[in-house]
Formats: sequence, structure tokens, C-alpha cells
Amino acid sequence: MTEASPAKAYSLHLGVIALLFALSFVLPDYHHGLIARIMVLAVFAMGYNLLFGYVGLLSLGHAMFFAAGLYGAGLSVYHLGWSVPAAFLAGIACGALLALVIGVLALRTSGVAFMIVTMMFAQVFSLLMLYFAVWTGGDQGLVVQQAARVLTLGGTTLDLTNPTVRYMSALALFSIVLLATLAVVRSRYGRVLVAVRENEERTKMLGYDTFSNKLAAVVVSGTICAASGAAYALLFGYVGSSFASVQYSILPLLWVLLGGAATALGPLIGTLFMYYVTDITSGFTSAYLLIVGVALILLVLFFPKGIMGSIRQRWLGWLP
Amino acid sequence: MTEAGSKALAIAGLDCFYGEVQVLYGLDLVLEKGEVLCLFGRNGAGKTTTLKAIMGLVPAAAGSIRLDGTELTSLAAHDVPKAGVAYVPQGRRLFAEMTVAENIEIGLMARGKGKAVRENVLDLFPLLRQRLRQRSGTLSGGEQQMLAMARALCLEPQVLLLDEPTEGLMPSMIAKIRETVAKLRERGVSTILVEQRVDAVLSVADRVCFIENGRNRETVDVEQLRADPSAVRRYVGVG
Repeated sequence: MTEASPAKAYSLHLGVIALLFALSFVLPDYHHGLIARIMVLAVFAMGYNLLFGYVGLLSLGHAMFFAAGLYGAGLSVYHLGWSVPAAFLAGIACGALLALVIGVLALRTSGVAFMIVTMMFAQVFSLLMLYFAVWTGGDQGLVVQQAARVLTLGGTTLDLTNPTVRYMSALALFSIVLLATLAVVRSRYGRVLVAVRENEERTKMLGYDTFSNKLAAVVVSGTICAASGAAYALLFGYVGSSFASVQYSILPLLWVLLGGAATALGPLIGTLFMYYVTDITSGFTSAYLLIVGVALILLVLFFPKGIMGSIRQRWLGWLP
Repeated sequence: MTEAGSKALAIAGLDCFYGEVQVLYGLDLVLEKGEVLCLFGRNGAGKTTTLKAIMGLVPAAAGSIRLDGTELTSLAAHDVPKAGVAYVPQGRRLFAEMTVAENIEIGLMARGKGKAVRENVLDLFPLLRQRLRQRSGTLSGGEQQMLAMARALCLEPQVLLLDEPTEGLMPSMIAKIRETVAKLRERGVSTILVEQRVDAVLSVADRVCFIENGRNRETVDVEQLRADPSAVRRYVGVG
């Protein structure tokens, strides 16, 4: 990665945010809803990318952080009748706390062992959500009623089920996380994380406490994923155990790999690509997964570093 | 020759193991302030393990390693550089994806050093100034070695550990590395150098410590070694 001028990097990312804002006025209803969902899930992928792309820690348990936010927010509204902001913060807090505990335990391992340990913890979390079905709704999940998904801000009431409000809320979360991620990876702390990925022992030999830095990264990553989960529960009104399954741990890995690991925009591009390829091909045939598979193979062949990663490697070396 | 002075680093009775296998057996070693001490011996003698033990990368089962009065064996590995020891491992191990400038910055950030230290370090390696924006993975072997040393020197260490810095380099680069080690000595940095080349040892070291089977067999002044190179033949089988 060559040194990027901050103005260039921020201009590009602000441009993407502006484009997504403008799209909300021209997109047909179906795509309007789909892009809102993609933006929320791209936040999940951005949280995953922070740990996988920048620190080099491959987790197969990030669904638990997303689900912690999802259940933390959803159950607060459903059972306790909390307001939307309080429930959103509760979801984030659940994910952050869980990430801290899991980080302390899982970071005693590395490599394949880290992958397995995180996957096991996520399985435990998923099974717990099924076991406590009385509160979580088990595999049926819970639907958060429309009346509970209302946000009151200084006398103004916003209905989160309204497509425009939902889109703008998703965009607001996406923008904040994108710019915050950009700031983190461009900061000194971000450089240390990359140094850990490149050579942990060498980083330690320069006097950095690599365990603490990795733990902080797990917590930040888990918190971002939880924010995505909490937003999903409140914007789309469904809380279910499928979001805690291993499939939802693999999906962000796939989105990040497709979009480009360790690129700020990669998670969005990967999520967008995957959703639209699936969406378009499923319109033609019931064997759409076959076409998705072929598309993925082609992508890996021609863009081995993911879409944004390959663009950076070939043309735009300054891309963050 | 060794300047008379207090010890920069003192190792006493050091035992180290890799799993069940003992590698160092009661190793004793003293590095005087401002000297270049060369560890010399066959492959597998325990030279690199000695450096790793100083850095806390291999735990000491017994013995002590004292840096200017601070016991290093009780410190976490990441606290040893803060105590004043910098290590340039064999094979350089740069952050290949980062630029030269970023590699140096990581070194500076580690101990909160500023621009003055950066300039000081780059003065030692003027070639790196022209490569600041280049990705370090694309540098030549000699340039990578210089960068690895520059990054370590950003810590402003009292003691520098160099593990085979001239390995695989062309003669002009070897000369530059030797020149830099000599300059560092003038600046008061005490250096432990692991070397396999007899000519490099004789040209840059003040004293030579012969390591064999994890023990310090003999430590001699380099002048003494020039006059009587039989120790080289005895412990390494060349010379």
C-alpha cells in the first residue's frame, strides 16, 4: 500500500456516501429496500474486515457478535419495551462485552486454532438462543412490532418501518462506520494492526503489546458487528437464530474476500456484488447457486485480491 | 579494542530449552558498554537462541540477563525493547506491505520518538531517503537489511542485537553494513553480532565469543585472534 493523500481518500469515500444518498431518490421500491439491507450488512462486513483484513485474524464466529447486537436490541424492545435509542445502545453494549470476553479467551490461540475456537463459541451462542426459546423465540424468532420501532428525536417522530426513514437510517450508520473505519486504519493504531498482521513477533520486538492491540481490535470489530445486528433488528423488525448460525459467520468472510480484504470499500462492494448476483440469477433459474459459484470462481481467477484489492494493486495504489 | 567501562549487558548461568531439548547450558557472557561483541560458532551452537533469550522470545529456564541493572528475564517480550534492547533478526522480517517510511514510523511510534531520531537514523542510511515511498518488500536484500537496522535504531537502543546481517548480501552492501556497525560503536551503541564470516568478525568486532554446544567456550580480543587464529579452527573448523 503506498501512502495515500488523506484528501483523496476521504473525497472518494464521501463521494460513495453521496452516491448512496442520491440513489434513495431514484431507486425503485424493491431495490430501495435491498440497498438499505445491504448497507446494514456491509457494516457487519466492515466490522469483520477490521479484524480479518487489517489484523489478519480469521474468525469463524462473528455471527455471534452480529446476533448479540440483534438480540440485545430486539429483546430489549420486545420484552422490556425500551425505546429505539436505548435498545440500539443495549445491542451495541452486548456485542462489545461479548467481544471482550471472547477476545480474552480466543486470543490465547492463533491461526487455525483461533478459527476453530471462535466457531465453537459462536455455536454455543447459537444453541443458547435456541435453548432459551421462551425469550428468544427459538428457531421461529421474534417479530418486533411496527409500533415499537418508532424513533422520537426532539419532538419529531420517525417511523423506522417507513422505507425512506429506514434507508436513511441505514445510510447514516453505514456512513459513520465507514468514515470511522477509515480514520482507524489510517491512524497510528491502524498501522500497528497492519504490522501485527505482517509479522506479530517483529511487532512485539519493537515494543508493542500485540495481545492488547489485538484484543482492542476484536472489541472494536465485535462492536461494529453488534451495531449492524442492532440496526437490523430495529430497521427490519426480525430477530431470529438463523443470524447466529455458522452461515452468518461465513458470509462476512465471503463478502470481504470478494470486495477486497483490508480495503475500506471492499466490504460494501462484496456485499453488494453477492446480493445482486444471487438476486439476478435466482430470477432466471432455480439452480442459481450454480451460476453464483461460477461467478465466484471467475472473480477469484481474475481478481484474486478481491474487487477493490485488485483495483488497488493494478491501478489505484493510494486506495485505502 | 574494548573500552574499559561498566557492563552494558551481563548474562550469567543461562539455561534455555526448546521443548524437552536443552539448547543453552549455563551460558555466561558480558557485553561491555560501547563494544561490538561477536558470537561465533557452528550452526546450531546456540548463537541465535542467545539473542532470542535476551529478547524474551525463548524463556530462560535458569540464570539471569541483566541490562544496566535491569533483570530482563522477568520482563514480557514486548517490554524488553522498551528497556533499551533492539533486535534485527536473521532474514530481516520487514513489514513487506508497508513503505520504507511506514516501517520507520512504526519503529519511531513504538517509543514515541520524533523527527530528530528519524533524521538521525536516515543519516546513517542515506540510501533509504531515496526509497521512502517504496514498498519495503520490493527493496533489494541489502536495502532491506538497512531498513531492518534503521527500524531497530528508531528505538534508540543501548544494546543492538544483529543476527547475521551480512547473510546473502553482495560485497558492496556487506561493506556498508560493517561501516554502519562501526559508526554505531562511535555513537556508543553496544552491539552483539552473530556472524558466520571470519573476515566480517575480524574487521568489525572488538571481542569474539566462541559458542559451542550452548556454552561460551572462550572469549578473546580480536587482536589476539588476528595474532593466533587457532581458536577459529578449533571451534568452527575453518580459518
